[in-house]
Amino acid sequence: MTVEILARVQFAFTIAIHYLYPPLTIGLGMALVMMEGLWLKTGNPMFHSMARFWTRIFALTFAIGVATGIVMEFEFGTNWATYSRFVGDIFGSALAAEGIFAFFLESGFLALLLFGWNKVGPRMHFFATCMVAFGAHFSALWIVVANSWMQTPAGYHLEKIVNGKSVVLPPDYVVTTADLTSVRAVVEDFWAMVFNPSTLDRLTHVILGAWMAGAFLIVSISAFYILRRRHLEFAKASLKIGLGFAAVASVLQMVSADFTAKGVARNQPIKLAAMEGVYQTVPFTPMTLFGYVDEKNETTVGPKIPGLLSILAWGTPAKPVAGLRDLPSEKFLSARHPGVSPEELAALRKSYWPNAPAVFQFYHIMILVGVALLGLVAAGCFFWWRGWLFDTGRPLTRWLLAALVFSVLGPQVANQAGWFAAEMGRQPWIVYDLLKTSESISKVVTANQIVASLVLFALVYALLFAMFIFLLTRKIQHGPDEEDDEMPDSWKALIPPRA
Amino acid sequence: MNSLNIIWYVLVGVLFTGYAMLDGFDLGVGVLHLFAKKDEHRRLFLNSIGPVWDGNEVWLVTGGGALFAAFPEAYATVFSGFYLAFMLLLCSLIFRAVAIEFRSKEEWTWWRQFWDVAFSLGSLVSALLIGVAMGNIVRGIPLDANHEFAGTFLGLLNPYSLLMGITTVLLFAMHGAIYLAMKTEGEVLEIVSRWIPRLIALFLASYLLFNIYTLVDVPWVLETVRARPYVVLVVGANVLCVLNIPREIHKGRPFGGFLSSCAAMALMMATFGLTYFPNMVLANPDPANSLTITNAASTQKTLGIMLVIAIIGVPIVLAYTASIYWVFRGKTTLTKHSY
Repeated sequence: MTVEILARVQFAFTIAIHYLYPPLTIGLGMALVMMEGLWLKTGNPMFHSMARFWTRIFALTFAIGVATGIVMEFEFGTNWATYSRFVGDIFGSALAAEGIFAFFLESGFLALLLFGWNKVGPRMHFFATCMVAFGAHFSALWIVVANSWMQTPAGYHLEKIVNGKSVVLPPDYVVTTADLTSVRAVVEDFWAMVFNPSTLDRLTHVILGAWMAGAFLIVSISAFYILRRRHLEFAKASLKIGLGFAAVASVLQMVSADFTAKGVARNQPIKLAAMEGVYQTVPFTPMTLFGYVDEKNETTVGPKIPGLLSILAWGTPAKPVAGLRDLPSEKFLSARHPGVSPEELAALRKSYWPNAPAVFQFYHIMILVGVALLGLVAAGCFFWWRGWLFDTGRPLTRWLLAALVFSVLGPQVANQAGWFAAEMGRQPWIVYDLLKTSESISKVVTANQIVASLVLFALVYALLFAMFIFLLTRKIQHGPDEEDDEMPDSWKALIPPRA
Repeated sequence: MNSLNIIWYVLVGVLFTGYAMLDGFDLGVGVLHLFAKKDEHRRLFLNSIGPVWDGNEVWLVTGGGALFAAFPEAYATVFSGFYLAFMLLLCSLIFRAVAIEFRSKEEWTWWRQFWDVAFSLGSLVSALLIGVAMGNIVRGIPLDANHEFAGTFLGLLNPYSLLMGITTVLLFAMHGAIYLAMKTEGEVLEIVSRWIPRLIALFLASYLLFNIYTLVDVPWVLETVRARPYVVLVVGANVLCVLNIPREIHKGRPFGGFLSSCAAMALMMATFGLTYFPNMVLANPDPANSLTITNAASTQKTLGIMLVIAIIGVPIVLAYTASIYWVFRGKTTLTKHSY
């Protein structure tokens, strides 16, 4: 395997494992704010013990999130040195802002959240919880800014260093391999870089995905307790909070998905064509609900709804969605391959396509899981409304609760699949239409070094993941702890217990 | 030379100094962890750093981010050049971090022993590798004309850098022991108090040896000090701070010792910064290929934007970091939900 593929596999592996945890931290952080807020508002001690139980789960995910996150900060430099040099002026500032604004906030107030139960007052503690949740969201902002800039670069220009002086290059300048030691992208307009065309859509999408991850974890554990008839009062209240949170997040996620897809249609037409397996440009472009991409015959097999993709992308059925056979445009190709005949250009076109069969599957897995979760939440809310949700004597309720126990996997699968679709759909570019992934690797790193580190990380992360599941299971088995979660007397005086 | 480049040279240095002072003591506690024999003592060790270790590690993350943003060439060259060393460092940091979280969750002896070793070994290797990396930066690494690393992994493990690694381990261990003296009482305090003089002696010996080795093995240091005599003042202050540590400890003032140890670290970094300036990564044997604060830097615009970010962010960070250390001041005690 080439260094490029190995570097990508290693990065994908480490970031995929990392991304199991921060969404839980973001989602659970929001839930902790709600629970502690409810406790301060109602004085009901159950909300206090609820906050304490979920804080322990939160602490576990946070620690692994931090540990696996440090790797990411280093890997841009270790695996993608050429990329780091090329975009450091832009990408680095978003990363540094994440550190200064978000990580310090999160980790600092985390100390109070975890260990401050009898060191500070209840309102100060609530404030710390809010700050941790805010910090988690704020870190999502900066990292999504950095990634969105790679998808839809804006607010920059290219410059070339000639004899120690920098020369601004024209906007349509095509970067060549020979340029990579002297050309770089630099900030022109900071805010245009931060709020590039895809930042807000993708940030909303990522945060809602994180909320769903946290909400469904709460739903799952609470449903498990109800099925097992344990900690019933606690579990019922937790399930209500979790289900309500999941419902809001899942519905909003559908709206956000629509915005995000329209953005991809506008900004990254090749990615959209790959996600939907569209090869031919036709009016009333159909959407394939599920199936597979037949790469050889350049078609997509599966049930189709005519015109749906055109409606989703453009809001009107007649307007065609561009197919891969027309992408990228002649103009784009001839700019990169001057003096090449039209036939040869057509043959070169494919080298600018992402891996459509894989991107199609990841994208469709995300959508199908998202819709399934919405259906599950709708069923849950319906049962809640009819008063059946906690009536475990009912076979239907037991089925629903069992489905809810497994629902925790849904957001994780959808979040991972979504990121794979987003990142693989951007290929062969690391910065869309600007810099190729194959040109971004660290020149001094050999395949053997990457293999060695990959093996090392595979072992460490396998152990970590096993430990995480094991300790999570133990914490669930143990459940909320009424005795140990007893409030200090000073807190009782401030927040008089009310049922 | 642009003032923004100089400011960022200082700020990156400040971030890494903050990291050394803060994560330095929790890495040091990790290095000493296995020397505590009783389970209760080990738990006290872990809980003394429990609320603060991950905040301390953020200094490294932010230092890395600031280096990436302000001097992307230096970030790319060092991180890709030190590939395997950094991968090992990352694995060690991961291991020690999760070991803190996992260790006391179960009571089985084998479980606790496993995570004790993971925590201690992870801390030791992290401190060692940080020192080795630093040693190579001081000594200079082979760079080609495109500022790409031209050396090997084994070349990084040269005796000079290994000595710097050992010195760093001893420095952190001493720093950690002094921190523990502030945070513990009774039997643990007695044990830790017995360690401190030995650790100070070991560090001083290693530090002295390292300085002699520097003068012999790294010729540019002496040349630069001749051209910049004020560096000697900083070195003098540094020596006074280091010598003040045993004095404070002897007088039963661990907090004073801790401050002295922090000041010593800051002055060591200052000595390095003043002599190394304006280099970011020195090329050895071909100094013409060195990365400096000019040729490794981002644009003035980005350095300016980053300065605004730092001016807004850093005071806030310092304010609540200080508040949190204040909230968790005093001796560590154990509860059921402690580590």
